[in-house]
Amino acid sequence: MSSPLRGDGGAELLFNGVKKHHVTLPSQSEPWDMKQLLVWIQRNLLKERPELFVQGDSVRPGILVLINDADWELMGELDYQLQDQDNVVFISTLHGG
Amino acid sequence: MLLCQVDFLPQWRRAAQKCVCTWRSCEVLACLQWLCSHPVPVSFRLCFKDFFIHKFKAVLGKNRIIFPGEKVLLAVSGGPSSCSMLRQVQEGLSQKANKKLRFVPGVAFIDEGAAIGQSVEERQRTVAELQAVFQATGFPFYILPLEQVLDLPASVVATNPSPSEQPASAYKAAVHHFVETDGSNFPRPQEPKKTLLPRVQESHTLMLQQLLGSVKTLTAREELLNTLRQHLLVHTARTEGYSKLMLGDSCTRLAVKLLTSISLGRGAQLAQDTGFSDSRYGDIILVRPMRDYSAKEVAYYNHLFTVPYVVIPSVDTKTVDKASIQRLTESFVTKLQTDFPSTVSTIYRLTSEKLQTACRKRSGADGCDRCLLCLCSLDTAVGESLTHTGVTVHITVLHFSFIYKQGCT
Repeated sequence: MSSPLRGDGGAELLFNGVKKHHVTLPSQSEPWDMKQLLVWIQRNLLKERPELFVQGDSVRPGILVLINDADWELMGELDYQLQDQDNVVFISTLHGG
Repeated sequence: MLLCQVDFLPQWRRAAQKCVCTWRSCEVLACLQWLCSHPVPVSFRLCFKDFFIHKFKAVLGKNRIIFPGEKVLLAVSGGPSSCSMLRQVQEGLSQKANKKLRFVPGVAFIDEGAAIGQSVEERQRTVAELQAVFQATGFPFYILPLEQVLDLPASVVATNPSPSEQPASAYKAAVHHFVETDGSNFPRPQEPKKTLLPRVQESHTLMLQQLLGSVKTLTAREELLNTLRQHLLVHTARTEGYSKLMLGDSCTRLAVKLLTSISLGRGAQLAQDTGFSDSRYGDIILVRPMRDYSAKEVAYYNHLFTVPYVVIPSVDTKTVDKASIQRLTESFVTKLQTDFPSTVSTIYRLTSEKLQTACRKRSGADGCDRCLLCLCSLDTAVGESLTHTGVTVHITVLHFSFIYKQGCT
């Protein structure tokens, strides 16, 4: 399953400055959910300071997560099951005024 | 039957409260119904956009502080909030006459690359990116290296006499006159002149870095940077003929600033530090039109409507929570906000609005002692509180007399 990922608002600083990533997640028997995606991102894409992006199971407070341009809180947050070509954006709201 | 009367599932209601706590609930619920069947349809984007723009104009209209034709300097740091503010001004100036914004904007950007140890090439790259954004707006803009603060005259730390207090009726009369004459008697927006990137002497950069490096804690360094930034902006506004300075602080930022200020002993100056308008400089009034927007709303708007902004690291980027009081407070507030979505709006609304009235009564007394650096009245009342006394000011004045002595002609 492939999905475009994007980090913005300063979040890209933790990913070597790369804003857009088109990722292909390895296929598995159960569908991928956001919780698993975060673990995958931490293992494969995060270049430094994981605690500035992930906190426990979820993202650090202050990071806005949009799935297909809708707030993930409306989609079920960590329990949302990803579909092919879902567009996920992580925006840091802590940076800049 | 109105959508808000429909019994939506409790988790939808909670989710609505979480993500758009400043919206009216029936609007949110209407949008929610759409969202669940369509991925962010056009109608949602449009109603969100209208509401966003409406809030900006409403806060300016309600406060009636910016008169038609007045020159207003927008302080843009390149960050999401101030770039969103720039976009709102652009949108507001382009609409039909009776709802149009009526002031003449200019843009100021301070290049703080020296403070974070950026190379000349990195700074030039950032400035070039922002220059493209500013040029696209058509407004005159000023790129100010922070090193210029070393050449400021001592008069920047003086309160100039403010223009005489206008009666409330003057604003309505001015708007009426503007609409009648179709704005023809008022100054036209200037053609942006071709600005060359100012050259910075390496010695100035080193001097500035020396000054910032001499400050022992990150907390104090951030405060010093804030002060230097404000002085440079006010000086630019004065020399270029602007009477108002617009700052892009969002509600989230101001809530953090409010709590930080209390921790730093600036309790008596809260109303000026976080209120809508700040008249400490007398002739230049600082306004904060973004104070009704949460950082999340701004981020969402910028994403949906592709507002360009540039991420520039600051002195506290990638630092740990306890690196400074500012960082710790920010971490505290954002964590609390996750579980209690009305945290930010509560801090901001209940405290800063109430403080406004109290401070106005006090600022009436002229000839009261003022802090050299922030120009706020000193709270030297005898009692248990030790907010912002002469002692704390004295230590940092030593650094300052060094800078301004060099700069004085």
